[in-house]
Amino acid sequence: MARAAVLGRLSWLVADVVDIRDETATARTLVLKVAGWPGHLAGQHVDVRLTAPDGYVAERSYSIASAPDGELVELTVQFVSDGEVSSYLIGEARVGDQIELRGPIGGWFVWRPAQAEPVLMLAGGSGLVPLMSMIRSRTSGGSRAPFRLIYSAREPADALYTSELSGLAADAAAGVDVSWVWTRRAAGRPGGSTATCSSTRAGRRSSIRPRISADRPASWNSQRNC
Amino acid sequence: MGLVTRGFRGRGRPDAALPPGQYLVTDFPVLSAGPTPRVSLDDWRLTISTVAGPLRSWTWTDFQAIGHESLTQDLHCVTKWSKLGTRWGGVSLDTLLADVDTGSAQYVLASSYGGYTTDIPLADLRGGRAWIVDTYDGGPVAGEHGGPARLLVPHLYLWKSAKWVRDLRLLDEDEPGFWESLGYHRYGDPWREQRYWGD
Repeated sequence: MARAAVLGRLSWLVADVVDIRDETATARTLVLKVAGWPGHLAGQHVDVRLTAPDGYVAERSYSIASAPDGELVELTVQFVSDGEVSSYLIGEARVGDQIELRGPIGGWFVWRPAQAEPVLMLAGGSGLVPLMSMIRSRTSGGSRAPFRLIYSAREPADALYTSELSGLAADAAAGVDVSWVWTRRAAGRPGGSTATCSSTRAGRRSSIRPRISADRPASWNSQRNC
Repeated sequence: MGLVTRGFRGRGRPDAALPPGQYLVTDFPVLSAGPTPRVSLDDWRLTISTVAGPLRSWTWTDFQAIGHESLTQDLHCVTKWSKLGTRWGGVSLDTLLADVDTGSAQYVLASSYGGYTTDIPLADLRGGRAWIVDTYDGGPVAGEHGGPARLLVPHLYLWKSAKWVRDLRLLDEDEPGFWESLGYHRYGDPWREQRYWGD
């Protein structure tokens, strides 16, 4: 497994919110421009720090959704019902705001475009975010490594990046196979078509149980020892 | 103080029980670097070793016969969740190390079934601050939480509390474990927020 260690102290950096995209009714992507960003590998995450006027601080970890792209870093945040930080990032943050973050963090759950071997990815809910960074890095890095993604969400309306993934899945030349698994309705692609091979594979719904809860921070997969 | 975030007031306020940057959870999240190893109690062994080989070894039956104690401890994971007042049962490292000649060793590399490793100063395993636990909340430790037995060093971030522990190797020189080689702090004191290299 590739290793990508964090070098030196990770300082807090100021990130400008330069764009916001709604992904679902309860998730959105913040596009951040981070002066001094050292770059990242697909699969890594950042710590976000919010500070109230009285000095109160809340920190959370979020997976990076985007492929390496200069000083741009995208975070896709899933709203958590009692989430102190996610509720701010979803409900309050707007373009022009500044937040603090440090990273990239995590040298284990990473993928580099030089890795040519096939990749099988399983994700549930917002656990897709670091895998999406890998899929996007595969594209931006010109990799031809075969990728297969099995993605579980409660229902199509909760699924992230649907149009982007559907486009990849529909392009036989892309080399990315995508299957969706719904835990609260019958299997199939977002939109209901069941004619593709990828959705045929998704039909074996009963044998797949999502391992990553959709209501947890996106970076909480395959990390650490807690 | 960091940059004030426009529009952020926050819901909580610093809690004396929580180290900096941590938030409280009431469930018990599971994070692992790999699959959960299945270890049968018949095959389970715990050893204390040096580079020259094992010094002491306990079977599951041996281990059950050693004096256990009950403990209530707060857990702090480097991913920022903390869980307070968790109840465990196990054997203190003071007990396990009592008749082991640790020589000039200053460090311990804990190794687990499944291959995980983490390094800890030997002194941090002494003084009633570290245990091998085999019960959680009155029952067996679930596999996903490190059962049948895990190391518990609750004054350090929880990645130091190796799940599925099988060997504690006494070392004169510190050797980085799994996460310590991958950007995480060598010591990992949550109260000093020692999360990553350089913290």
